[in-house]
Amino acid sequence: MSDQFQGIEPMVYKSKINVPYSWWAGDTASKFYITLRDEKKITGTKCAACNKVFLPPRKVCPSCFTENKEWVNISNEGTVITFTVARCQFAAIPSDKKVPVIWGMIKLDGADTAMLHYLDEIKPENVTIGMRVKAVFSEERKGTIRDISYFKPV
Amino acid sequence: MAKRVAIVGTGQTFHKSHRPDVNGQELINEAVLRALADADLKMKDIDAIVIGNMDHFEGINYVDCWSVDGSGGTMKPIIKLTTGGTTGCTVAIGGYHLVGSGMFDKVLIIGWEKNSESDTTGAITTAFDPVWDRLVFAGAISGLAAEAQAYIARYGASERDGARVSVRDRKHAMNNPHAQLRKEVSLEEVLASPMLADPIHLLDVCPRSDGACAVIMASEDIAEKICPKPDWIWATASRHSYSYLGDADYGRLTSMREGSQELWKKAGIREPRKELDVIELYQPYSFGGLIWIEDMGIVGPGEAPQYIWDGNTDMGGELPINPSGGVIATNPIGATGLIRCAEATMQVMGKAQGRQVPDVNFAFSSGFGGCWWTDMILHGNKKPN
Repeated sequence: MSDQFQGIEPMVYKSKINVPYSWWAGDTASKFYITLRDEKKITGTKCAACNKVFLPPRKVCPSCFTENKEWVNISNEGTVITFTVARCQFAAIPSDKKVPVIWGMIKLDGADTAMLHYLDEIKPENVTIGMRVKAVFSEERKGTIRDISYFKPV
Repeated sequence: MAKRVAIVGTGQTFHKSHRPDVNGQELINEAVLRALADADLKMKDIDAIVIGNMDHFEGINYVDCWSVDGSGGTMKPIIKLTTGGTTGCTVAIGGYHLVGSGMFDKVLIIGWEKNSESDTTGAITTAFDPVWDRLVFAGAISGLAAEAQAYIARYGASERDGARVSVRDRKHAMNNPHAQLRKEVSLEEVLASPMLADPIHLLDVCPRSDGACAVIMASEDIAEKICPKPDWIWATASRHSYSYLGDADYGRLTSMREGSQELWKKAGIREPRKELDVIELYQPYSFGGLIWIEDMGIVGPGEAPQYIWDGNTDMGGELPINPSGGVIATNPIGATGLIRCAEATMQVMGKAQGRQVPDVNFAFSSGFGGCWWTDMILHGNKKPN
């Protein structure tokens, strides 16, 4: 293999693809984010047939394909279902977050599904599955998932 | 094992330039619910799903999985097919293969696009070869413009001939409540609209749309139980290739000529001009409406302008083309080919309301993609032999 380039000048073309996006949040996500931004409330949708409460809210129940018309308030407190600690500062981690960054799947009281978010105000070695946590809202809220700043131990 | 296949229901959204009220999943859901209602079926009746849209347009790669809230595909066999501009026709042909194989009885087919979410030309550029074509590429319209220039030079056609096609499609769109652009234009308005790339004026080309379409196919064992007058698929053809931009026979669409000859042979059609009753052509710009119907064999080379000036392809003419207003009126790209299919189905079923062509026996629908590839479907009101 050491002579694979013998007599060859490999040509490489470098390029970037520039495709700017703007995604419409849609009817369901918009309701959730407006309520979060303006009222500091976490809400979900409920399937009238299965009684399941979805967070993030889903417009249609994936199990029975009925429209989830009912909105319910969900507690700011919940339970850590699982978590991990990121130790490398990869580009995908927002620049304002410095490792170690703790991610948790948090099932809030009143929801049947967990949501992905950050854990903070706790050392990584002290996080446990099953621990109780509470949402800390951002001072300046813009209608994104980061209007919740992170979850901290209760 | 091979089964005959029919379309038993269709649904589409009301297409707009921007649909800020819904995200992609919710848009898909609108079309799916309408198709299920049209066929009087429930989601649990669906055995498999085929979905497609344009790569990079929404920047979501695993659309088959991501879309399930809208498509109903949770824990069902669902695959994504994407072939550029032909996507909407390719998903229909893929669904036809699934049902025709005998392995699935009822298949839901979805095409969708939220064109408003990205830069169309930036995304389309990614379809072209990075070493040869991309560095000197001038966008999607320029290739079409080169085709039109070559056609005009070869057959002595004019910009007015192209404009006449646009006037027709925009007039037809007035009859279609789902169309995005519903405004009649005059020949003079088309010719006076801004020149985008010689000889294509703004009013010669399609818009960008947000929209979705869904079609349900069923095997011959159950099609007539679901729908008293299903739309039978007589034949399909696909011609895909990669053309370096300099490879094409500019002024002729080789993929359309070869594909349509295959279609006519499979169905035993000798004179498509007389035997077809309506055409829903994936025609993103006016000159395609001249060139490509010659490649289909509707008329001979260079004869399309006179045929169209004589009103033969208008509503009430010998062979109406694009009663829906076609792509020039509505273009959610990944859905566009499937809208052609659904509109042809509605013509066969007699459900096309204000845009209905009387007594449709055979209808033709197609898809077209930017590197000169073409997909097509022959629809009929009788069960194929």
